[in-house]
Amino acid sequence: MSELDRFRDDVRAWIAANYPPSLREPLRVDSPDTPWGGRKTRYLNPDVQVWMDRMAAKGWSTPEWQPEHGGAGLTPERARVLREVLAAAGCRPPVISFGLMMLAPVLHEFASEEQRRHFLPPIARGEIRWCQGYSEPGAGSDLAGLKTRAEDLGDHFLVNGQKIWTSYADQADWIFCLVRTNTESKHGGISFLLIDMTSPGIEVRPIQLISGKSPFCEVFLTDVRVPKQNLVGKPGEGWKIAKRLLQHERANISTHLQTGLGGSPTGRTLAELARSYAGERDGRIADAHLRDAVARHEIRSEAIALTLRRVQEESGKQGPSALSSITKSLGAQHNKDKHELMVEILGLAGLGWDGAPFTDEEVEVCRQWLRSKGNSIEGGTSEIQTNIVAKQVLGLPD
Amino acid sequence: MALVLDQDQTLLRSTATQFARDRLPVANLRRLRDTGDATGFDRDAWREMAELGWTGMLIPESLGGNGFGHFGLGLVLEALGRTLAASPLFSTVVLAGTALELAGDAEPARDLLRQIASGDTVLALAHEEHPRHRPFAIATTARRDGDGYVLNGRKRFVIDGHVAASLLVVARTSGADDDRRGLSLFLLDGAEPGVSRHRLRLADSRNSADVQLSDVRVDRSALLGEVGAAGPVLERVLDVGRILLSAEMFGAAQQVFETTLEYLKQRQQFGVPIGSFQALQHRAVQMYTEIELARSVLHAALTALDENGATDVPRLASVCKACVNDAFHLVSNEAVQMHGGIGMTDQVDVGLYLKRARVAEATLGTTAFHRERYAELQGF
Repeated sequence: MSELDRFRDDVRAWIAANYPPSLREPLRVDSPDTPWGGRKTRYLNPDVQVWMDRMAAKGWSTPEWQPEHGGAGLTPERARVLREVLAAAGCRPPVISFGLMMLAPVLHEFASEEQRRHFLPPIARGEIRWCQGYSEPGAGSDLAGLKTRAEDLGDHFLVNGQKIWTSYADQADWIFCLVRTNTESKHGGISFLLIDMTSPGIEVRPIQLISGKSPFCEVFLTDVRVPKQNLVGKPGEGWKIAKRLLQHERANISTHLQTGLGGSPTGRTLAELARSYAGERDGRIADAHLRDAVARHEIRSEAIALTLRRVQEESGKQGPSALSSITKSLGAQHNKDKHELMVEILGLAGLGWDGAPFTDEEVEVCRQWLRSKGNSIEGGTSEIQTNIVAKQVLGLPD
Repeated sequence: MALVLDQDQTLLRSTATQFARDRLPVANLRRLRDTGDATGFDRDAWREMAELGWTGMLIPESLGGNGFGHFGLGLVLEALGRTLAASPLFSTVVLAGTALELAGDAEPARDLLRQIASGDTVLALAHEEHPRHRPFAIATTARRDGDGYVLNGRKRFVIDGHVAASLLVVARTSGADDDRRGLSLFLLDGAEPGVSRHRLRLADSRNSADVQLSDVRVDRSALLGEVGAAGPVLERVLDVGRILLSAEMFGAAQQVFETTLEYLKQRQQFGVPIGSFQALQHRAVQMYTEIELARSVLHAALTALDENGATDVPRLASVCKACVNDAFHLVSNEAVQMHGGIGMTDQVDVGLYLKRARVAEATLGTTAFHRERYAELQGF
C-alpha cells in the first residue's frame, strides 16, 4: 500500500470517528449554519462549531498552510487526497469566511512573516471573523476615489472616514480596510490596513435592504487609533493589494453562485416548483411557457457550470484564465434570472412577505428574489466588469 | 472530462485552420455559388482532405480509418466552419458514416465505410420530410414485396443529396407517423429507377436536395440492420450530427465575431474607432460570453461522444445545439448591424455567415426544438 493510500485510509477513519452525523445534510445557500467563525457568530446547530474545532485542531481547514500559520503543512498530493475524501464523505466545509477566501491569499502574498504568524492562524481556526472595508458613499464603481483618511502619527495611524456596503460588519471581529495615506496621488495614495472592530471610535449601523434583511452595514470611523504594524505592504501599495483581493472575491462569488445554480431556497428544482405551482399534464409542466422557460434556464445552468469547470482546468494548465473575468457578471445575471423565474412560477405566493399562509419557502423566494438584485452590483457592477472585459480581453480602444 | 485542448488537438486544429484558409477560403464558396457549380463542393480539396485522414476519423483502423475520434473531427469541422467551407465531411463521414457503423455489420456497409475512409464516395442520409426538424415524422414507406421492398415517399433537405452516390433512406416498415418504432434503414443507389433528385437552392449556397422515391424496388440486402430497429440508430446518428454540426457552426460564429471585433477597432466615425463606444463594447462582450459558453458545451459534448458508454450524449447534444444556435444567431445578427451599411452588401462576407447561421440553426433542430427535447429528457 502506498504512503498516499495509507493516508487516505487514515483520513477516512478519522472522519468516520469525528464527523458529526447532524451535519450530513448538505449546507444550503445562506443557511444560518454557514460556518463563518468569529466571536459573535451563533449557529442553530452547535455541531458546526464542533466540526470547525476538530478540523482546526488537525490543521486540516487549511491543509497546505504551514503549521505556524494554522495549517497542517501537507504536501499538495496529501491535501488533494484529504479534499477528495472529505468531498466523497459529503463533509461540509469547516470554515467559510471572508478571512479565508479573500484576506488570507493577500496576506500570504503581501504581509510580513510576523503578520502572517499573527493573523493567519485565527483565520484558519475560524476564531476571528473579518469584514471588508472597501466601498464608501462617494466611492462605489470608482473605488479608488475613496476618502477615508489614515494619518501617520508616528507610532500609530489615526483613521477617520466612512465605509458602506460592508457585508456582516456587525458580525465581524476585524475589518480589512482601504484607507488614504496620501491625497496627492489617487491610486498611489491608498494603503491596506487591518483594524480591530473593538477599537474606540468605530460605529456599525446595519442597512435595511429591499429584501427586509440587513447583510450590509455602514461603518463609521472617528479618530480610530491603529498600530503601525497593522499596515500590510508599504504605504501606497493598497491599490495593488486591493485589486488582487478583488480577483479572489470575484472568483469566490462565481463559485458561490455556481453552488446555487439550480435550486430554490429549500432545495427544490425549478421543475419541481413549476410542477407544484403550475400543475402537470402527462408528467410535463402543464404551462408550456413555464416549461420552456425552465428548460432554457437549466440549459444555461449547464453551460455556465461547464464554463466554470473549464476556467478551473485552464487555470490549472495555463495560469489565470481570461474567462474568469466574465464568470462573475454571467453568474450574477443567471442568478437574477433564476429568482425572477421562481417568482413567476410561484405567482402571488412568491410575493408573500411574511406570516400565514405563506410557507417558509415562499417567503424566502420573495426575499431572495429581492436580494439577488444586488448580485450585479456587489463586488464590482456588471457594467464595470463588462468595461474591463471589453478593454483587457477584447482589446477594444478607450 | 477534458474541456481544454491538449497538444495534439491544438496541432490538428491549426493544420485544419491553415488548410481552410489556403484551400477553401470564403472565396471558394462564392465561386461555387456564382458559377452555379453542379457539384457544390471542390472535389480536389475533398481528395486532399481524405489524404489528411479527415474522412477516416470516425472509422476504425480495420476498415481503413484512423479512429481519431469525434473530438478531432469536431476540431476539423470548426476550422472549416471558419471559412464556410463546403465539403461532404458532414453528410458522408458524420451522418452516413455513423449510420453505417451502427446499423450495418454486413459486407456492403463495411465496404462503404472503407470507401468513406479513403474518400472515394459521397453519401447522403435521406431522413427529414419536413421543413422543421421532426426526426420521427416519417411517412415514407417500405413495403415488403416478395424477397425485397418497395419504397415510396418524399425526403426533403437531404444534405449533398443530389451528388451522393448512394442514399441511406429512413423509411417506415410499420407504425404511425411520429412513432419511434417501426423505422428501418435502406441503402439505395442514387441512380436506382424511381429515385428522382431535385437540387435545392437555399440561402447559404450549400448543398441540399429533395428526393422523391416512387415505387423504388430494392433487394432484401438493401436493408441495413434489423427491420423496424432503426429508431435508436437514428437517435444516435442525429445526436452525433447535432454535435458535429455545432462544431462547424461554432467555427463560423467565432470567425464572424473576430471579423466584427476587428472592424470595431478599424472603422472610424466622429474621429474615433467605433469600438471605443461603450454601447458597442458591451454588446461585443455579450457576444464573447455567448461564444465562450458555447465552447464549453461543445467540448463537453464532443468528449462525451468519444467516451464509451456515456449516457449523457442525448442531453448534451441538445444543450450543445441550443447554445451554439443561440450564439451563432446573436453573433451573425450583430455582425451585420455593427458593420453598418457595408454589412448589408454582398461584397463583404458577414452576410454569408448570417445565411449559413440560419440554415444550420434549423438543421437538426432549432433552439426551441432542443429546449423541448431537453425538458422531455429531464422528465419535466
